[in-house]
Amino acid sequence: MTSEIELISLVLFAILVVTAIGITRLRGLYGAVMLAALFSLVIACLFVVLDAVDVAFTEAAVGAGISTVLMLTVLALTRAREAVTPRRRLWPAGIGSVLTGGLLIYGSQDLPAFGARDSPVQRHPITEAYLLESQNDIGVPNTVTSVLASYRGYDTFGELAVIFTAGTAVLLLLSYVPRHDPDFERRKLLLADYRILRVVSKILFPFIFLFALYVQFHGDYGPGGGFQAGVIFASGFVLYGLVFGIDNARRVVPRWLLRVLISSGLLLYGGVGLTSMLLGGTFLDYDALSPSHPVMGQHVGILLVELGVGITVAGVMTAIFFVFADRRVLQ
Amino acid sequence: MTAPSLVGSAGGVLVLVGALVTLSGGVGLLRMPDFYSRVHAAGLTDTAGVGLIALGLILRAPDWGVVVRLLFILLFLLLTSPTATHALAQAARRDGVRVWTDGEPRR
Amino acid sequence: MIATHYIYWLIIVLMMSGLYIVLSHGHLLKKLIGLNVFQAAVFLLYVSFGKVAGGTAPIVAPGIETYSHPLPAVLVLTAIVVGMATTSLGLALAVRIFREYGTLEEDEAIVAEASEHTAA
Repeated sequence: MTSEIELISLVLFAILVVTAIGITRLRGLYGAVMLAALFSLVIACLFVVLDAVDVAFTEAAVGAGISTVLMLTVLALTRAREAVTPRRRLWPAGIGSVLTGGLLIYGSQDLPAFGARDSPVQRHPITEAYLLESQNDIGVPNTVTSVLASYRGYDTFGELAVIFTAGTAVLLLLSYVPRHDPDFERRKLLLADYRILRVVSKILFPFIFLFALYVQFHGDYGPGGGFQAGVIFASGFVLYGLVFGIDNARRVVPRWLLRVLISSGLLLYGGVGLTSMLLGGTFLDYDALSPSHPVMGQHVGILLVELGVGITVAGVMTAIFFVFADRRVLQ
Repeated sequence: MTAPSLVGSAGGVLVLVGALVTLSGGVGLLRMPDFYSRVHAAGLTDTAGVGLIALGLILRAPDWGVVVRLLFILLFLLLTSPTATHALAQAARRDGVRVWTDGEPRR
Repeated sequence: MIATHYIYWLIIVLMMSGLYIVLSHGHLLKKLIGLNVFQAAVFLLYVSFGKVAGGTAPIVAPGIETYSHPLPAVLVLTAIVVGMATTSLGLALAVRIFREYGTLEEDEAIVAEASEHTAA
């Protein structure tokens, strides 16, 4: 490990620690949420330093983008100031975390040295398979994509099902809005009154969606894929909802369409698995999709599966934002 | 000194100047007396600082693909950062944040 | 030991600051932020296992010999988006709790619920 990389990561770690201290000390929660966004962004930089570019991409889009917007929306719905933390909570919490941290540091002595070439992770035969054999079996340069969508496709299917379930649960919890409750007043998002904001965001929308499509379909060759593209798509719709108001955004992406999208992505993923079973392979064995030319089958399979991931993630994130933004503020 | 290394060092100088501008923006963010002047300092880091760094990186780019990507980044930064600064200032004005005048305490 | 392991220790410090925020604060949204900090530090620990000194991102290209391991990146990549989905579930619960009790402070909500029970 070269010394420049060490220096960069030390500086980033220093920023992270200061940010974490800031989060626990700030009682104004808007500030704390912004610091949490900063934390995500710096973590994304660290992921780049650690050679995980796909992860950095996702963290930047999720942590600094969608997550921050959602938290701010929830703050607007609730109270944005925290009560003073009583002293009787501070000491047990501090002692508990210091003890846990000490135990973890003690345990970390058994870990292999950071960046070692001969660590068990690197020596395991699967490493060779993922990095070298994948080029012949699958032919996708970005090994993260081939591991995600093909070698460990079953695992990713499970993750997508979790996202689907969490999204459905949020919709169930929040979709009921009492229409004639006198305590509630329609929230007015007046950002569309800012002409500059309106014009600039109108210019940007096509590029955001074009970029999302690029990330979606370029994931085989560079950092990208369904998860990142889904989040970028969703952030485009979130921007639309923020600037033009949630009612107009609902007109662009109606409720029924979101419901169809959320489930159809997962169905597409599972459908590819079932098709490969019907064609004589095992579940999600893309070789079966094109028996004469297995690499072709892998390409088609990965493309469809990533598309399913992208559709469901975009649908879930957009629906979650809409349903939060649809609630009225308690006056 | 050969031509490519001259271009490279020019890029290095640009990155350095950009970093200094960003630093001055950070200092301004801490030292300025009220919201509007702080937005001015933050806007400096967004446009001049990042713009200079991106230009410097373009001069040091290894191939054309990177240059095109950096140009796109630069274009979108020039489009979005002033808009963000504008939206911030507008929101503060609508919220009734008053402009600081000489002699008042810092806010 | 220090030269080879200090990155892990820094990550553990971050993790513990997240745990401290979750344990010490009573506000539910602050707890969620702390949980996110904790989660991000765990992701960092995972990814750090895959890093090889002198390696590059695991995108195969001619002329590059050493790659970092792709598997931690895959696991963390999906976990980030899943984490986002579960965080929003937590936020939805927080909104419902606020609607029910008019507060997001844990202690006040417990008191409100207790008085509700005695009233009933």
